[in-house]
Amino acid sequence: MTRSRLYAPPVLSLRFVAVWRRHFLVWRKLAVPSILGNLADPLIMLFGLGYGLGAVLGNLGGTSYFAFLAGGFVASSTMYAATFETLFSAFSRMHVQKTWEAIVNAPMTLDDVLAGEWAWAATKALAAGICMLAVIAAFGYASFPLALAVVPVVVLVGLAFGGLGLAINALATGYDFFSYYLTLVLTPMMMLSGVFFPVEQIPAAIRVASKVLPLYHGVEIVRPLLSGAIPQALMAHLAVLAGYAAAGFYLATVLTRRRLMM
Amino acid sequence: MQSAGSSARAGTDLRPFDARAIGEAPALETRGLRKSYGAQEVVCGVDLAVAPGECFGLLGPNGAGKTTTLKLCLGLIDPDSGSARLLGYEVPARAREARAKVGVVPQFDNLDPDFTVAENLIVYGRYFRLADRDIEARIPQLLEFAGLAGRAGAKIQTLSGGMKRRLTLARALVNEPQLLFMDEPTTGLDPQARHLIWERLRQLTQEGRTLILTTHFMEEAERLCTRLAIMDRGRIVTQGSPRALISEHIESQVVEVHGPGIEGWLERARDLAPRVERAGETVFCYAENVVPVIDDLRRQRELVYLHRPANLEDVFLKLTGRDLRD
Repeated sequence: MTRSRLYAPPVLSLRFVAVWRRHFLVWRKLAVPSILGNLADPLIMLFGLGYGLGAVLGNLGGTSYFAFLAGGFVASSTMYAATFETLFSAFSRMHVQKTWEAIVNAPMTLDDVLAGEWAWAATKALAAGICMLAVIAAFGYASFPLALAVVPVVVLVGLAFGGLGLAINALATGYDFFSYYLTLVLTPMMMLSGVFFPVEQIPAAIRVASKVLPLYHGVEIVRPLLSGAIPQALMAHLAVLAGYAAAGFYLATVLTRRRLMM
Repeated sequence: MQSAGSSARAGTDLRPFDARAIGEAPALETRGLRKSYGAQEVVCGVDLAVAPGECFGLLGPNGAGKTTTLKLCLGLIDPDSGSARLLGYEVPARAREARAKVGVVPQFDNLDPDFTVAENLIVYGRYFRLADRDIEARIPQLLEFAGLAGRAGAKIQTLSGGMKRRLTLARALVNEPQLLFMDEPTTGLDPQARHLIWERLRQLTQEGRTLILTTHFMEEAERLCTRLAIMDRGRIVTQGSPRALISEHIESQVVEVHGPGIEGWLERARDLAPRVERAGETVFCYAENVVPVIDDLRRQRELVYLHRPANLEDVFLKLTGRDLRD
């Protein structure tokens, strides 16, 4: 593959919908365990920490700790939903089951396959975000109608982490490879993005790093929206997330072409 | 084209193909295809021409470059140099249009394990932009062809290896392709399953479809292919009809000999047959007339021998050597 073709921007066509529908059909068969798997972990953490730690901490900047944590967890659970889909599930389809190989033997391109994976990751993020939102709303911690604006935001968070996840997937040698990304990138990102505690608690020198993390910007949008406020610097946060989404997907496209088409 | 000429010389009953002579556009044509991975050149200047309706075999030991050649023909990877036309479309530039009319049976089954038999066909048909309704209407016919009638609702895990292979073949036919690529279609199947696949492939040829298959089973190539190319270390070593290749490259009779005292007998054998080869403890005598060899062997009580007509495997081994390939 020539350099110009390798680095060409992805050619997006609506054919990716067929890939998305394939993933949707699989998911429909496994929906209940899939949703439970996606939700159980963040919800247990949210309720455990929110009520347990919240009782010790009292109020945090005028809101309960549960409410504070809820905003962080909506963002982080969508991050994880998109990430797990593009790491483990996409790797199974690419490398183990050779589903991608089957698809590109039809009149489909690798760009179509990746676009389908990307859209599907955003869909999983959307499902996780909506479920979290529903539970949080049921406990009275979501202020409607503005809380509904969280829905498109989780899609954007899903696209940002879906793109990054697909790029990591293109480099993976096996499932174990993903633990590097999860423990060395995502776990520190959780700590630095204001999910558990306000970023103001972080030493100023490190706090600068927070500002470049996509999750930080997701949290900065979701948390105020849940409590019924318009986020400050909304456009800037959206722009960073959109930038990560576009750059991540482009990187994923180039790396996957290099892996499979060279 | 050299191969067409040599087949014609051998007076084969199977039609050789020369696109320019017939005036028919080839279903597949490649010129000087090259592809390297790192320092290793995997495909080193491959020229192929396959006529519509042919069953063409690409033979070669493991690592000969067969699968890479197929991927280049499908436009799935870009060649370093050379060109390919598939059903008249330049690939990889217009590979999407070409693949819309092509079916592929990959070397390893990649059916969707989460789906039923019918769902596999429907989902695959969608990649060709076929409407669910149209695919559903074709499913009974496809399953009938694959010997899977009544199994539409079966889970993939419940299918045997042969059934999965047949379903993969049915899946490759979902778009009614003009041309089918099959990468080792019967590897790993038992004889019953293999014969059924062969039967179906013949049926597809009779329907006028072009078949291009890779295999390292010579028996398969000899039975199915109207013409074939033997590939080794990225190069096409020879092309022609199976019979033409046998008569061109090898003596018509073979005697395989083994047993105690083979060392001593080997020297005598060289006077009895024009070509003698040794592989481990077995001696192969190739000749048009093997009567002198047999007469001599009748007096050698210790030695065991088998007399048989030469086949494609002998040609293959002569051209690609007996060394193991991994």
